[in-house]
Amino acid sequence: MVDVAIVAFAQRPSVRNAVGDEVELVQPVIQQALEDAGLRASELGFVCSGSCDYLIGRPFSFVTALDAVGAWPPLCESHVEMDGAFAFYEAWVRLQHGDVDTALVYAFGRSSLGSLPIILSQQLDPYTVAPLFPDAISLAALQARALLDGGRATERDFAEVACRSRRAAEGNPNAQLRQSADVEALLGAACLRPPLRVHDCPPISDGACAMVLATGERARAIASARGRAPAWVAGVDHRIDPQDLGSRDLTRAPSAKLAAERAGAHRAPLDLAELHAPFSPQELILREAMGLGPQVAINPSGGALAANPMMVAGLTRVGEAALRIHDGRAGRALAHATSGPCLQQNLVCVLEAR
Amino acid sequence: MSIPPTPAGPALEFDPPLSPVMRIDCPVRLDYTIAAGREQSRFLRAMSRGHLLGRRCPECRKVYLPPRGTCPRCGVMTAEDVEVQPRGTITTWCVTNVPYEGQVLELPYVTASVLLDGADLPFYFLIQGLPADQIRMGMRVEAEWADTLGPTLDSIRCFRPSGEPDADPASYAEHV
Repeated sequence: MVDVAIVAFAQRPSVRNAVGDEVELVQPVIQQALEDAGLRASELGFVCSGSCDYLIGRPFSFVTALDAVGAWPPLCESHVEMDGAFAFYEAWVRLQHGDVDTALVYAFGRSSLGSLPIILSQQLDPYTVAPLFPDAISLAALQARALLDGGRATERDFAEVACRSRRAAEGNPNAQLRQSADVEALLGAACLRPPLRVHDCPPISDGACAMVLATGERARAIASARGRAPAWVAGVDHRIDPQDLGSRDLTRAPSAKLAAERAGAHRAPLDLAELHAPFSPQELILREAMGLGPQVAINPSGGALAANPMMVAGLTRVGEAALRIHDGRAGRALAHATSGPCLQQNLVCVLEAR
Repeated sequence: MSIPPTPAGPALEFDPPLSPVMRIDCPVRLDYTIAAGREQSRFLRAMSRGHLLGRRCPECRKVYLPPRGTCPRCGVMTAEDVEVQPRGTITTWCVTNVPYEGQVLELPYVTASVLLDGADLPFYFLIQGLPADQIRMGMRVEAEWADTLGPTLDSIRCFRPSGEPDADPASYAEHV
């Protein structure tokens, strides 16, 4: 295997209704990540982005966004119509070829322009489910209800996740929701989609982030020049559960369990885990699936409950974990990204200092 | 939880057997509130006052109209407003002869890629005021503004031949 490390990560604060189109959103973070790594776009071995045209209702927005990179002379470039975390995976695979030693990964999402919960219904089975327009919050509520009915969690557990996440985000200037009432007050609120209350759901966020990867000696050189530890990718894996919601137990995430095992999560103790759980009950499901005990700090950044720019929040989990390796706050960290309804797809990445 | 077996019923008859379903109707409507970016908003606001506002790349000095926020070659934010003239040179063109659903203009009509004076990126406009078979590369054209201006491309009704001599091909060779 070729050793790959995250050597730079930049993000912009998540907000509702960001001013600026996708190019204006993403160019500053790309420039910041490249400057932070001391690279120019023309030096990059590979570029990969994650975004989704459904969010802004405009085809090929990822091609427009390439204007933000500076694509002359032509770049070796790819794109995933998914969260940037999956672009990160593609870049890691590309670097395994060993012929190039740097890659740029970026992601952008303007979730504010359309009716996001309904837009997300279009990722469901086009014949039997999407025509019913089940919105994303209702599907998450279905999953939460199954968790309650199975006796595996309580509404208080959900509220505790939300409260802890948003209070953790007080230290994260890029988060959108950075405070929380206490659990008792949260439980006093009416339900939005029973059993979910507003605090159990993510904000609608516009955002962008960018990351630079490098291999072996190149990674060591870039990181040491900046006085930071490279965040080495010890393992990465992506697994998928069935799309049909009726054919799986919504209270379990076997694909997350498998991805964590294959990524080597349990080979040594973890200091922290950044989990991409947009709805509070999903964090409980993921922690159980991945076997994350109380000694693992969960979402010190605040996670997706504090800021959820679509197509960005997963890559941000990887970036937030990497930043904590860079400055020595963590020695070994797990980062997770999800896609699809009710935790259908799960990517797990293990980062470590060496 | 175990699911009781479904009792066997009469087999369904298909005639013709297993003909594939070729069509189902699933109407989809998704609503968006479009927000033009910072630079495109400036461009559109300028159009509502009868001006064409481009932006210059600080590195390669090229002028982009419409402004895109960045220079796609250099990857840096464009930084300087440049007013571009509402006249230019046709670099390439297309004659539409085939009727289509939603067609408004009388056939045949011409659309052309126009390199505006002072810009480094051709832009597409409707060309009127000449028979379609007289359109040519290098032809000089000027804008005809609409009676009512607004933050929209409709502020320019069309371009028409300006009567100037054709441009030297070398002046637009880089943009074809």
